[in-house]
Amino acid sequence: MADEIVLLSAWPSMFGMRVRVALAEKGLKYEYREEDLQNKSPLLLNMNPVHKKIPVLIHNGKPISESMIIVEYIDGVWNHKSPLLPTDPYQRAQARFWADYVDKKLFDIGKKIIWSTKGEEHETGKKEFIECLKLLERELGDNPYFGGENFGFVDVSLVTFSCWFHTYESYGNFSIETECPKLIAWTKRCLEKESVSSSLADPRKIHDFASGVRKRLGIE
Amino acid sequence: MADDIILLDFWPSMFGMRVKIALAEKDLKYEYREEDLRNKSPLLLEMNPVHKKIPVLIHHGKPICESQIIVEYIDEVWKDKSPLLPSDPYERAQARFWADYVDKKIFELGRKIWTTKGEDQEAAKKELIGCLKILEGELGEKPFFSGENFGFVDVSLVTFSCWFYAYERFGNFSIEAECPKLIAWTKRCMQKESVSSSLADPFKICGFVVLLRKKFGIE
Repeated sequence: MADEIVLLSAWPSMFGMRVRVALAEKGLKYEYREEDLQNKSPLLLNMNPVHKKIPVLIHNGKPISESMIIVEYIDGVWNHKSPLLPTDPYQRAQARFWADYVDKKLFDIGKKIIWSTKGEEHETGKKEFIECLKLLERELGDNPYFGGENFGFVDVSLVTFSCWFHTYESYGNFSIETECPKLIAWTKRCLEKESVSSSLADPRKIHDFASGVRKRLGIE
Repeated sequence: MADDIILLDFWPSMFGMRVKIALAEKDLKYEYREEDLRNKSPLLLEMNPVHKKIPVLIHHGKPICESQIIVEYIDEVWKDKSPLLPSDPYERAQARFWADYVDKKIFELGRKIWTTKGEDQEAAKKELIGCLKILEGELGEKPFFSGENFGFVDVSLVTFSCWFYAYERFGNFSIEAECPKLIAWTKRCMQKESVSSSLADPFKICGFVVLLRKKFGIE
């Protein structure tokens, strides 16, 4: 029986993009359904009643939610091709740790830069954001990818934020390349992969999207 | 070669207790080191420079941080005994989802109950009960979240049960009245040696919270 895969997502979401990268890495065909987060579909509410969020992967009718859990699921089921997690338990724990670090830090701190109206919170957000990226850059070291020689789990968790970098830079008034040149070199290396370039949104469209939301919130 | 395992922990931490349960489930001997979180040891700062938090498991000198990640590591390395995660990828994804739900919700809501008053406290209470009811629904008629056997989600949640008395005392409500099946589940878990030997005494937890409230100036 052919696998039936549906992905519920929203195009600007760096979390949804992670799932697209993973599906592409495994060479999988799937149906993509764009969700209007202001008007969530009955399917989304039915498939993720707990959080009501995207992305949701529906595999043969059964839902999996939370982007890194979905990525790990994809890696576990389609384990014949492009492994994203290492086989060694210690290396796996380290990969999960860094993907968790990206999850705990980048999104929420990045929000302060884009959506905050208060000067101090904005400045603190910028400073913390750069610190996080520098820490990640140090973790990357001289490896081509966080996964070592090969693109892996941590790379998936972080690279999707790169199409939001232009937006962070614009509203934060700073240059990520100046602060973290090795990290930007890594994003370019990742973008050479078809699975990444075909999954990430256009940074200018992301910026327009953010600008639209800011106008709607009355902070543009 | 004997496994060289050290756990850096802090006795009231429900996160540290998760690791203690997992180690006990696998019957592992280890060295327990109590950390003073106001005066963190050089070892802790060296082993977890990113977050500087407990618990940290140090296995053959190499650190693993974040309680759920540590539990998964323990389950993978010592996979021949008492598996905590199922082998089916879909069931594994569901287990991780619910453990993540516990992580996202219970600690912060519980904390709000003993650190706030009035409307804020009422809102936190209501939300916590809502979350516990959702978890109770997920448990259903099964003995454990994993089904017939104690597993990953059980480990993630049961350690909060020794904090329930403190939440109830300061929030002035009864979790058993709201979620009787969940309390029945906690009692079932406590019949396991790995759980009863790992959880702190609820009265001691409550005493600890009293001290913290004094320190934070909460009446």
